[in-house]
Formats: sequence, structure tokens, C-alpha cells
Amino acid sequence: MLSKIKSCGLVGIDGYIVEVETDISSGIPAFEIVGLGDTAVRESKERVRAAIKNTGLEFPVRRITINLAPANQRKEGSAFDLSIALGILTATEQVNNPALDKYLFIGELSLDGEVKPVNGILPMAICALNAGIENIVLPIANADEAAVVRGLNVLPIRNISEIINHLNGEKPIDRYYIDIEGIFSSNINHELDFADVKGQANVKRALEVAASGAHNCIMVGSPGSGKTMVAKRLPSILPSMTFEEALEVTKIHSIAGILPQKTSLITNRPFRSPHHTISDISLIGGGKYPRPGEISLAHYGVLFLDEVPEFSKDALEVLRQPLEDGVVTISRVNASLSYPAKAMLVLAANPCKCGNFLDNTKQCTCTPKQVQQYLGKLSGPLLDRIDIHIEVASVKYKELESDKEEEKSALIRERVNKARKIQLDRYKGLKIFSNSQLQPAMINKFCRLDDKGKELLRSAFDRLGLSARAHNRILKVARTIADMEESGEIKLAHLAEAIQYRSLDRRFWNG
Amino acid sequence: MGQHLIHWVWLNSVPGIGARRASQLLEYFECPENIWNARKEELSRLPFLTRKTIENLMDKKIRDESEKHLERIYNHKIKVITIKDDLYPCYLKSIYDAPPLLFVKGQVEKDEKTIAIVGSRRATSYGLDMAERIGYELSKLGVTVVSGMARGIDSRAHSGSLKAGGRTLAVLGCGLDTVYPPENKPLMQRIEESGAVISEYLPGVKPVAQNFPARNRIISGISLGVVIIEANEKSGSLITADFALEQGREVFAVPGNITSSNSKGTNKLIREGAKIVTDIDDILEEIKVHRSSNNKEHRLVVKKPQFDGLDSDERIIAEQLSIEPTHIDLLAEKSKINIQEMNAILIMMELRGIVEQLPGKIFKLKE
Ligand SMILES: Nc1ncnc2c1ncn2[C@@H]1O[C@H](COP(=O)(O)OP(=O)(O)O)[C@@H](O)[C@H]1O
Ligand SMILES: [Mg+2]
Ligand SMILES: [Zn+2]
Repeated sequence: MLSKIKSCGLVGIDGYIVEVETDISSGIPAFEIVGLGDTAVRESKERVRAAIKNTGLEFPVRRITINLAPANQRKEGSAFDLSIALGILTATEQVNNPALDKYLFIGELSLDGEVKPVNGILPMAICALNAGIENIVLPIANADEAAVVRGLNVLPIRNISEIINHLNGEKPIDRYYIDIEGIFSSNINHELDFADVKGQANVKRALEVAASGAHNCIMVGSPGSGKTMVAKRLPSILPSMTFEEALEVTKIHSIAGILPQKTSLITNRPFRSPHHTISDISLIGGGKYPRPGEISLAHYGVLFLDEVPEFSKDALEVLRQPLEDGVVTISRVNASLSYPAKAMLVLAANPCKCGNFLDNTKQCTCTPKQVQQYLGKLSGPLLDRIDIHIEVASVKYKELESDKEEEKSALIRERVNKARKIQLDRYKGLKIFSNSQLQPAMINKFCRLDDKGKELLRSAFDRLGLSARAHNRILKVARTIADMEESGEIKLAHLAEAIQYRSLDRRFWNG
Repeated sequence: MGQHLIHWVWLNSVPGIGARRASQLLEYFECPENIWNARKEELSRLPFLTRKTIENLMDKKIRDESEKHLERIYNHKIKVITIKDDLYPCYLKSIYDAPPLLFVKGQVEKDEKTIAIVGSRRATSYGLDMAERIGYELSKLGVTVVSGMARGIDSRAHSGSLKAGGRTLAVLGCGLDTVYPPENKPLMQRIEESGAVISEYLPGVKPVAQNFPARNRIISGISLGVVIIEANEKSGSLITADFALEQGREVFAVPGNITSSNSKGTNKLIREGAKIVTDIDDILEEIKVHRSSNNKEHRLVVKKPQFDGLDSDERIIAEQLSIEPTHIDLLAEKSKINIQEMNAILIMMELRGIVEQLPGKIFKLKE
């Protein structure tokens, strides 16, 4: 007997349909799985055999051949267990259902027949919908995630018996529903709010500008000055994610297996803060069994590199291309796959080795040369991607104790949304969405200065000793500041403020 | 120079012979050549020489080295002034452990009004500012500014003097073939051109820690008085102050903020009787330099900012900055100007040369 059951595999962040073909014939008893499976797939045999037997069903003592088609695509993980078991049960007519091709099965089996959760459910469910499949059968712990996909019947199960009873018409499983709109709107809340940050008017302003134009930024300040604190609050002032963005972020987190239990959708922009000892692979993704790296987990959110001078030069170097392209491409032997990586990059650094260079209350024990060298390490490729430099001074005790009301993130976000909307409208059809993405040719068009503006910029370069790389960055940031004020042209004040955000280009930092 | 000098250089290089021993030997033998030729028995009769030192004085290897020292001195275009030379600075000559030899790049003068300015290597912007101003004002009045070319206060005192077009002397704790600290290479060059860089150490001697206290005695010894700006409790500047007192020099201290560790040493000096400096006249009085009577403004007190050509916002900012350098957040709060406008206004003022930006978004008035 031959049977065909549908399941789903993953490449990059997308699913593809896998057809599980089961052939059972007479001959010396054997159990073979072909179709480029990895170890976990091959070990599937043992789990399936035990699960079927322990459920009280018959495991055929014949020659069993399973083919996972398409056979040229590498397959990994334990998510095919359920479909393999059902293939055998169908081929031996223990399961009878004429509409099986309208089903897709995902799940790992335990030896006693329980169905256990797997990673990557969301992309698989999306893939099922696109392939015209009506029902998706999956572990109950994954139900919330799949139920986000509208137009698909989600049938959650605990064990093999439940699905057999359903397919044989003995005890149908109820379709699983969630209130997607409700979840989407109610879940957008940030525990961390800018209102917690006392004082720091200049830092907040700079971050609002950064958020408004999606500009990468670096914060330089002594330990304890609040860099980490404000960075963590940055997602709360970024524009709210659209449903499509949320889906994409959830897909990535699902594949990486870091989606929290009972979560159907990630609705807040991610904030990822990898430690400086992180490996290159964990940072950008890849590995023998490819997984998205931190930069992809931060997709549509914030990638925060705290104490960035401590990161290895190599790690910073591998970030360069993905940051440029917004995507990580991983080459495999017989294919290449990609993970999206459109994150806003936020760096934090102490001003010098001892950390006290900007602190008025403590002594910096570094020589001028050491001060230069410390941040000098960052120069080049990475600093070239940073539009905004922010110097963070510690707030005084007095201000920390003050009960003066600080502005809430929601209010700031409203303004940011407005500025982003202007950019979206302006760049329609240009394949860019924010000022930070402006290419040199576009800068000439969209960031025009009048004569006075040109004069101001020229004298800033002369008198402040800015380095040449600052030029285009100042113009982009000035464009954002003008957008924040809903001004068509870049006025002198906009340009002047933008010049303030290039402090690391100044003489006192780079000698 | 030549034959005559080699004995001086030799004497300077003998282990165990410091400034004090050298001057005792010279008193007895009159010139280094006589010491070179002295017999062992003769040396043994001198109560201030140990047996080891006598061996060193007779040591052939040490004598042979002198040629090489001399060669290095020539190669680095270093001048040598002996304590018997007419040019030897007269104040320095008067201290009891005056160095027998001075290595010099630049010009020394025998008799000039000199004031030393020393202080912390890790000074605050206030301290640096005061160093530069006092250096500048003294030079404008024809006083030669002496310091140690160290980071912080020293360097700024030299550059203040150079800005005024004055003479300045740097006394180093290493041979003149070494620039220490290395980033001061351009500064050293300028000091050589408009004053002198001085050391009692032969070329090749590295800036090791034990040289610095000895160097400090020259700084105070060559000066009529020592101005100390920002010194914490364990600062080398306090050693210089001690030398100055022993040598009968005036000690001046610039008062500092009592909350700053950088002021602990200077404020202590004031408590112990050092002369407080709140005006350049406080220094001039003691060293009998008089400025022309029509020029009586208090030079160290920050001048009221020139408000001509400033609009009302700029004026408010300038007034605040005339009190003290201020962080941008505080400036915005005090002046009730919102932070984005403040950013823009400050850049404009900076470009017009009215304010200056320091690391950490702190602004100060530019003089
Ligand atoms: N502006 C501020 N308002 C309120 N708390 C602050 C502020 N700045 C610092 N803190 C407190 O100090 C702690 C240390 O700040 P942190 O962000 O870790 O500093 P950094 O990352 O610069 O070393 C914060 O967790 C917070 O409790
Ligand atoms: Mg931190
Ligand atoms: Zn430091």
C-alpha cells in the first residue's frame, strides 16, 4: 500500500510543503527513511515505532519505505514524526479518511504517543494556507501561534489517538480560535517607559530624532549614566509594528525557538542585547543547522551592542554586510538561505578605558592617547553606519529624586509616527522607507540646502574639525529634524541641531 | 667644550655622585679635571665619599663611556651649561644641591624673573583654564614661566605663555633625547624655540619615577616662586611646594572648589600659609614686578561677556556660561529654551566663536 501525507519543512524563515510518501510492501521487515533527512529525522523511526505501539495500534512487520519529497531538499528536526506515523497508519488502513490531502501534520512524537511542540509553526502555517490546505494538525502547545493565520483550521492535539479518532470520524477535534485583533491591539504595551528616565533632555531628544528617521546611533557615557536604561526603552518610542511586521518577527522568533509559550504573536518591537563574548554565528546566524542570529532576532526592532569596544573586531566586521543589506545570506552546500535583518543599531560605549572621562565627579586615569585609542577602535566600517552620536552624562542625585513628571513613551511615539508617515509618503515607489536609508544620489534631491545652509555646513567643517564622513549623515539627520517639524525645507536650525549629533567626529575625540 | 667638557660629563655620570657630592668635590678640587686626575689616596681622605663611590670614580669603564655620552650630546644638538659657566641661572645656582650640569635645548638666561606653575596631570577644565591664564598674564608682563611639561596643568601653563609670546622653561625628568609625555612633541619644539627645555640628565636617561622629585627641586630652584594649581593630597606638586619653601621661594596656591579632590592639596597649602592667588597682582607683588598703573583690571576674573551682537536667547546663555561651564540640559532648563533650539543656538554660537564645546556636551564661554 502507498500513502501520501503532507507536512512542512523550513528554509530560512519560510516553510515549504513536504510530501511524506509511505510504501509498505512484503519482504524482509525493514524501516527506511529517504529524502535527505538529518539525524533527528532518521531517529524519527524509533519514536514513530514506539509511539504507534504504545498507543495500542499495529506497527507493520513488513518492509516500510518513507520518502520525504522533494528529496533534494535537506530536512531537519523532529517535526515530521507525526506525519510519518500517520503515513504508516494510513498505508495500513488503520486510518481512513478520503480528504487527507486537505490536512497538514506537524509535531514531534514521544515514545508514549504524546505530540510535542516544535519550532517554526508560524511560517509553516502560512505555508499551509498558501498551498491551499484547509486543516493544520499540530501540538496543542503550538496552537496559539498557528491560530494567527486567518483562513486555516487549527486542530490542536495532545496525542496520536486524538487525531486518529478525528480522522476516522469517531471524535472530531474542535477548531482552535483566537481573537487576533484583540491580541494585536491589547498586546502593544511596553513595560519599560521613557517616563522612568529622569532628566536627560538632550539624550531623549537625540533618541527621538533617531527613532523618527530610523537612524543608527551610539551613546557614549560613563558607567551608570543610564545608557542601557534608555536603550531598552527605545522600542517603546519606535512606530508600532504593523500586523505584517509582527508576523515576520514572530516567524523568525518561532524558527529560533524563542517564542514564549502561549504566545501567538510578537507585537512589540524586539530588543536584543547580545553580550560582547557572543560568537559570530550567534550574532549573524548560520551554523550546521542554520538558525537566525541576534541581528535577525532584532529584525524590525533594536540591536543593542552594549560596551561595543569590547566586541571583537571580527564580530563587528561580520555585522557590516547584513546591516547594509537588511538581510543575512547564508550559503549552504546545495542552497543558500536568508534571514531578514532590518534592525536599528544602537551602540553604547564608555568614553575611555577607566570610564570616567565624561564624569565630572570622578578622575579619569587614562592618558589622552588612551582616550583616543579606546573609541578609535570603533572607527571605520561600523562607525560609518552610525548617524547620531549621543554623549550621556550622569544625572545628578537631585534629579533622580525629583518627582517632576517626565514625558511618557506613548506621547513621544505619536510624534515619531507622524515624522515616519511623512517619510513613507515622500519615498513612495523608491523602495526606501526612512531618511536613514537615503542613498547619496537621493540626498542631493531630498536634502537640499539654501545658500545660508551651505555656508553653515561649510563653516562647521572648518571650525569644528569634523571628518568628511559626517557630511551626508548630517544632511540625513537634518532631513529628519525638518520632518519632525513638518517642514518641507531644511532650515538653519534643523541643520545646526544635526551638527550637534556628530560629537565623535570632533577634534577632542579623535585627536 | 671638547676636552674640558668630557670631565664634566664624566663627573655627572659616576654612580653615587649626585648634585650635592659633585658640588663638594668641586669645592675641594676646583674643576672636574682635577677630580679625574686625583689619586685614590687623595679621594680616600674625603669624609663624604664612600668606598664604593671612590671605586666608581676610578673605574675605567665609566671613564671610557664619557666619550659616548659626549657624542650623544652633540648628535642631539644639546647644549651643556656647567655650574661654573657665567650663563648658569643665578637662582638655581643658589640652592644647596644645584645640578653641576644643565643640558639645554634653547636659550637660558642668567638672570630673569621666573615663576613656576605646576599642578595636577589630571586637572579639571577650571584648573587648565587657570594655568593657561596665569601663564599668559605672567608672560605678557615679561615674567618667564617655568614648568615640567607634564600633562594637564604644566602643559597648559607653557602654552599660555607661548600664546602671549613669552619665554617659558620646561624642566624634564629625563634626557633631552626623550619627549615625555610623547604627545607633547610639538609643544616641546615650541618651548625650545621661545625659551628652553632643561634637564640635569644625560641623553639616554628614561623618565623613571625617581627622577621626578629631583626634577621638581630644579623647577622651584630656578624660580622666584611657585604657583600651584589643582593638586590632590598626594600630588607631586606638593613636593615642589616643599622644595620651594626649603629653598626660600614663595609658594602660591590657586584656590579650588572644596568638593573636588583636585583642590584638596591646594586648599591645604592655603590653610598652611601659602599665598592665595585670586588675581595676577597677588603674584606680582611678591616678586616685585609692577605693571603700568593704568592697567589695573583683574585679569584672572572672567570678564563679563560682550553682549554686543547677541540676541536675547544668546545673551541669556552667555550670562549663564559666564558663571561656569554648563551642561546643555542645565542650560536649557535655566534659560527655558527647549532642548532642540538650544542645540541649534549653541552650534551657531560655537561657530561664531562665542562659546566652546567640551567633551560631554558641556559648553563654556570662549575668551
Ligand atoms: N536618568 C535616569 N533616571 C532614572 N534612573 C537612572 C537614570 N540614569 C541612571 N539611572 C539608574 O542607574 C542605573 C544604571 O544605569 P545603566 O543604564 O545601567 O547605566 P550604563 O548602561 O550607562 O552603565 C539604572 O538602572 C537606573 O536605575
Ligand atoms: Mg550599561
Ligand atoms: Zn579614563
